[in-house]
Amino acid sequence: MTYAKRFDGRKFDEIRPMEAKVGIIKRATGSAMFKMGNTIAIAAVYGPRDVFPSFLQNPSRGLLRCHYDMMSFSVTERKRPGPTRRSNEISRVTESALFPVVDLSKFGNTGFDIYVNILQADAGTRTAGINAAALALADAGAPMKDLVCSVAVGKVGDKICVDLTKEEEDYKDGATDLPIAVLPRSGKITLLQMDGNMTQKEIKEALEMGKKAVQSIKKLQVKALKDKYKGAGK
Amino acid sequence: MSKSYVETLADKDARTDGRKFDELRKPIKIELGVSNKAEGSAKVTWGETEVFVGVKMAIGEPYPDSPEDGVLITGAELSPMADPEFLSGPPGPEAIELARVVDRGIRESKMLDTKKLCVRKGELVWIVFVDIYPLNNDGNLIDAASLAATAALKSAVFPKLNGDKIVYGDFTKTKIPLNLMPVTCTVVNIGGKSMVDPILEEEKNFDARISVSVSEKGDIHAMQKGGNVGLEIDQVDEMIGLAVKKSAEIRKVLK
Repeated sequence: MTYAKRFDGRKFDEIRPMEAKVGIIKRATGSAMFKMGNTIAIAAVYGPRDVFPSFLQNPSRGLLRCHYDMMSFSVTERKRPGPTRRSNEISRVTESALFPVVDLSKFGNTGFDIYVNILQADAGTRTAGINAAALALADAGAPMKDLVCSVAVGKVGDKICVDLTKEEEDYKDGATDLPIAVLPRSGKITLLQMDGNMTQKEIKEALEMGKKAVQSIKKLQVKALKDKYKGAGK
Repeated sequence: MSKSYVETLADKDARTDGRKFDELRKPIKIELGVSNKAEGSAKVTWGETEVFVGVKMAIGEPYPDSPEDGVLITGAELSPMADPEFLSGPPGPEAIELARVVDRGIRESKMLDTKKLCVRKGELVWIVFVDIYPLNNDGNLIDAASLAATAALKSAVFPKLNGDKIVYGDFTKTKIPLNLMPVTCTVVNIGGKSMVDPILEEEKNFDARISVSVSEKGDIHAMQKGGNVGLEIDQVDEMIGLAVKKSAEIRKVLK
């Protein structure tokens, strides 16, 4: 069966409408909201600060820890509050997606804690979370070599697509979800997961499509960071 | 023991942020429909304190002692996102107290018409989940969360029902049946002075706190004292009086 036209009318290589805002949580060192279609992620960064438990302290480099969670009402059927196996895994891969860009060498014995929470979910929550977390880290003033841009690519029916919705993930003839994070400058991939069924050739094609698509995420992230300081110093 | 800064100021009839003792923070505002998968949701901005509340509906067995009544379950997640002093992990005493105080305001004012939340007596009733998620804590989460919960419930609709199963993601236009609208107002006592709407610094240094849930009729439905200092009856009376008076002002935001 061919998936001729996307449910929401987007082009196959087009990301959903996005919004981003930096500095949304006053108490946090850095914070951001990132919206992709109907998925809304919020991220806060606290740090550099002392690391507890103290045996985790590393005198030669700072620690980067991520805690991903979803609000109970962010999904159609209420999610029981608190961490799950799924959320723990996402925390772990989010950490790995962000780690390569943060220079932690000057932050011995301390650490940055990143909290990601999903307010509204329509697939791609980890990718929206990573986009928000990268912004929050930048907002916190963490020294970064690059931003991190994340989007899901994959296959719906017979078509390679970017940024799948929940409806597409549940496509009756099968769908493959392949969330990635890309460092926009170097093009390096720092998150890679997949569920579904694709050939090696299709995966290569999807990754190339994703790498192109994230440039629009980067653009929005840069704009959101600049917007926070609009009018400052005047 | 040396006096805290807020107590020194209270002696001079002043507060750190320049408010009067009976003055609420500004702005207090409600944004509805902040999460589209929830049956009802609200974000309350209360000065610099910000709270999300979402309502989710489920269906299940009633309690044996109230076979015709729908069930209310209120929870609060104090994520370290909102305050570096909140700890990760299962809800601690502070989160549980917050959820229970908000719950009692709703429950005891009979805000929810629980009889109308009965599907089949003794077998199937609606379960209403009210979940509180602070986004930024600058004190007085109780009043902010309580207002957000009332607003979220007020906007909440039933999901579609197919037989005895909920069709998730499909909402009806029918609102959840409500009676009264409780509003909670917290008054703290610092060095013998009563003041409303404590900011975080005041919350850390108060002697006593009383949260009062008031209906639009002016009736009091739930109270909770916090803090480790005892109060004279006259002080309690003064604090309740102030809470009732200011709850009417908070209520205006609900309209």
